[in-house]
This record gives sequence, C-alpha cells and structure tokens, in this order.
Amino acid sequence: MSVQNVILRRAELYSVIREFFSERKVLEVETPVFSKSGNTDPFIQSLTANFSISADINEIHYAQTSPEFAMKRLLANGSGSIYQICKVFRIGEIGRLHNPEFSMLEWYRVGLSYHELMDEIAALLKVLEVSEKSQRISYKDLFYQYLEINVCNASIDQLKNCAAKFKIDAIGLGDNHDEWLNLLLSHLIEPKLGVDYPLFIYDYPASQAALANVRQESYPIAERFELYLNGIEIANGYQELMEGEGYRERFCLENEKRLSQNMDEIPIQNNLLEDLQKGLPYCSGVALGLDRLLMYLCDVHEIKNILTFDFSNS
Amino acid sequence: MATYSTNEFKSGMKIMQDGDPCSIVENEFVKPGKGQAFNRVKIRNLKTGRVVERTFKSGESVEAADVMDTDMQYLYTDGEFWNFMDAETFEQVAADGKAVADSAKWLKEQDTCTITLWNGVPISVTPPNFVTLQITETDPGVRGDTASGGGKPATLETGAVVRVPLFIEIGEIIKVDTRSGEYVGRAKDE
Repeated sequence: MSVQNVILRRAELYSVIREFFSERKVLEVETPVFSKSGNTDPFIQSLTANFSISADINEIHYAQTSPEFAMKRLLANGSGSIYQICKVFRIGEIGRLHNPEFSMLEWYRVGLSYHELMDEIAALLKVLEVSEKSQRISYKDLFYQYLEINVCNASIDQLKNCAAKFKIDAIGLGDNHDEWLNLLLSHLIEPKLGVDYPLFIYDYPASQAALANVRQESYPIAERFELYLNGIEIANGYQELMEGEGYRERFCLENEKRLSQNMDEIPIQNNLLEDLQKGLPYCSGVALGLDRLLMYLCDVHEIKNILTFDFSNS
Repeated sequence: MATYSTNEFKSGMKIMQDGDPCSIVENEFVKPGKGQAFNRVKIRNLKTGRVVERTFKSGESVEAADVMDTDMQYLYTDGEFWNFMDAETFEQVAADGKAVADSAKWLKEQDTCTITLWNGVPISVTPPNFVTLQITETDPGVRGDTASGGGKPATLETGAVVRVPLFIEIGEIIKVDTRSGEYVGRAKDE
C-alpha cells in the first residue's frame, strides 16, 4: 500500500470510531504516557525513560503498555464511560504482527457486562463493514472442539502429548499449564479462528485472568475475552475486577513471577490503588489493536505495511 | 561458547541444533497479548540440507555455530577429496564427498565456488550460479532446428548431463544454470 493510502485509511477508521462513540455518549479522554510505576505483567517488557535533570538523580519512568491504569483512575473518580486512542510501547515485540510501538483503542463501559461489551464491539465491526454478525465460544469449548482437551482437568502430560501428536517440536517449555495451552492455541487453533465471522473467545482459566473478574463455578473462571479476525488476535477485554485489594494481590504475584524469571521488579501502581479505594464502578473494558484492525480492513498481511514508517524505518 | 537469545533470531543466523550446524531460514515472533511469547523457526541443517520447524520459548538461548561462507577457487580432485584455494591468502582446504555431494558434477578447475566452513572444515560446496562447460558427448546435431521444443541429453566435461536443444553439437561450449541444472545458451552467444 502507498503511504498516501495508509494515512487515508487510518484517518477514515479513526473518524468512524469517534462518531461511533460520540453517538453512544462515550467520552474521549487523554492520559499520561509515562508513569513512575509500570505494568507488572511478567510477559511484557516496558520501555523506560530517564527524566532526571542532573546526573546524580535517576528518575526512571515507564511508558504505558496500555492506558488501562490511568483510565481506571478516571473511572474510580467518576468519569463515566470513556475511550482513548493512543500509542503504547512494548520492548522486544517485533514481527509480522508486532511493532514495538503500536496504536490502541481502549474503552470502558460503566454498567455493561463483558457480554454486553462484546455486543458493542460487534456493533462497531458492523459499522466498519467487517461483518454483519459475529460468533462466541468459551475457552473450554474451544479446546474441546479443536483438540478434545478438557482444560479444567487436563494434566500437563496430556497437553505435552497433544503437542507431540501434532508434531510441534517445542524447546524450553517447563511444566506450566498456561505455557502449553498458549503453545497449542497459537499453533493449532488460532489460524482457524475468526475466518468466517469475527470470533470472541470468552471465560478463560483463572490462571490467565490478568485483571479480569474471577467468578467461582465448580472451578474458577476469569471473565475475560479475546476477539479474533482471520486467525489474528485483535482485542482483549474484561469484566473489570472491582476491589483494590484484588489489584494489589495480582500486582504482587506478577512481580514475584518476574523475579523468578530474572526480570526486574516494577514499582506497583500506588496511585491507582489509592483511587480504587473510592471504588471502581461495575464496568467492562477492552483494548483493541488498531494497526491489526487496519491490516484486516486493507487486506494487508504484515503490520509494517499499514504503518507510515515501521520500527526499522522510523 | 557464543550463544544467541531468541530475541536476536533472524534469517541467515547460524546456530547449533542436535549437534549439527544449522541456518535459520525463517523466524516468526508469536505472542498473545497476555502470556508467553514463542519464536516459530524454520531451520536448515547445513550438513544434510534438511529443513525442520521448531518452536522456542522466547528468551531461551541457543549455541551459535561457527559457520562462515567463503569464496574459493576449485583446484583439483584426487577422487576422495576436492581441493579449494583462497585466492587471496592461498590457503587450501579439502572437502570430502559428503560436503561436495551433488555439486561435484559442476566443478571445473579455476571456477570460484562458495565453501561453507564449520569450525574451519568444509561442510558444503556451492558452485557458481552459471558455469560454462564443453560438451563431450551428445547425439549428432539437427541442422536448421533452432527452436524445437524437444531437446536431447548432453554429457559435459565435468560429467553432468543436461538437456540441450537438438542443434547443439559435441565440442560446443554451453552455459548452464547450476541451480536448476538447465541449459541457458551457447557460451559464445554471450
């Protein structure tokens, strides 16, 4: 695609998105890119910047890997439903579907459940002429349908045997269930997802909850979802965890995991925890990768072809 | 021992796998928004030429292979080894039949080949993309036939057999593409 075409299609997309939210009375907001605290996710490496004015002071700030924390602070302060279009940064993520800085659309709907938020995403996809309808399947049903694996009680050996059966030659994986589930999902299932219609996977294992609410059934389920288009993950959303204490616990657990993986500990979001004492309203939220959505809309197969100037050329 | 992290993977990189030197043909970074990243890699074994697919958990380290490609002039063979010389340093190496493999049929003295060395020892020999060789044996030529779609086998001075047009005769020098093994034209036409 020509640069002219690339800038035009993005401008059109953003204009449709802004109109969509304006009609629904969702307010566009802007929040800081940098913060003294960061994302503790043990699989994400944050970009840091040194803001010190003299050589004796070391004032490290973390660039956002998503605007989630700042937007949740706004929600706790009574903003109501909000959305944001912004750049986010993740070190080392570079490839056919990854650029270390990329564009995200993140929005939060006060009073909506995560299934109602999926309805709203489907409505947006309709406006964008991606598809008239969409489909949903739970994580549990997905693994059973494609691999006949029951994720609730599958042993680690069952997961390893499944990988071996499909001749996946994997190096360096330990005995962690989620690592093997991710391996099977990315190699065997993902390429087939969202080919006919956009597909939502919902209700993840609690071990993959991130910051989603966990509901207790016969086993714990994370009220989290992801959207797939043509085999590519486009969005990730939650029924938001409401209690501040829950956030603190998960940040601390993630930091422990980081340390065990020889990663640095990240200062946790005390500003957020403080604001959450006022209470996060019942809400759901989602982050959607705009570059990948544009790839789909323009039928482009590499992220670099939808960017004005990709990382190697910026 | 030099190592590479999966973060450094790129095509052309030489790594050790299963005790053999290999070259990365393709590297795809796979990462869910939440969760473990992987590198899905296609690897060519430089000794056997076989390509396998393998997935590494991102962040793993692998041993680097001391492999280098170097241009060398083909000197002669004694039937067991094929001898090559670096035209600048005059250093010589001897490649065995396993390293030379199918390339042997294109090797003409003084032609410059690419030799892949692993720890200084040749493991593969790549002939020039185009070689000019004399025809030592073929059926008699058919005069006037310059455009026939047919053709006939011709044996070249190095022993290779290629299909040539019907009008080509014994003693002629032709140009051949060694990658496809196909006749390109008469050398004098160039």
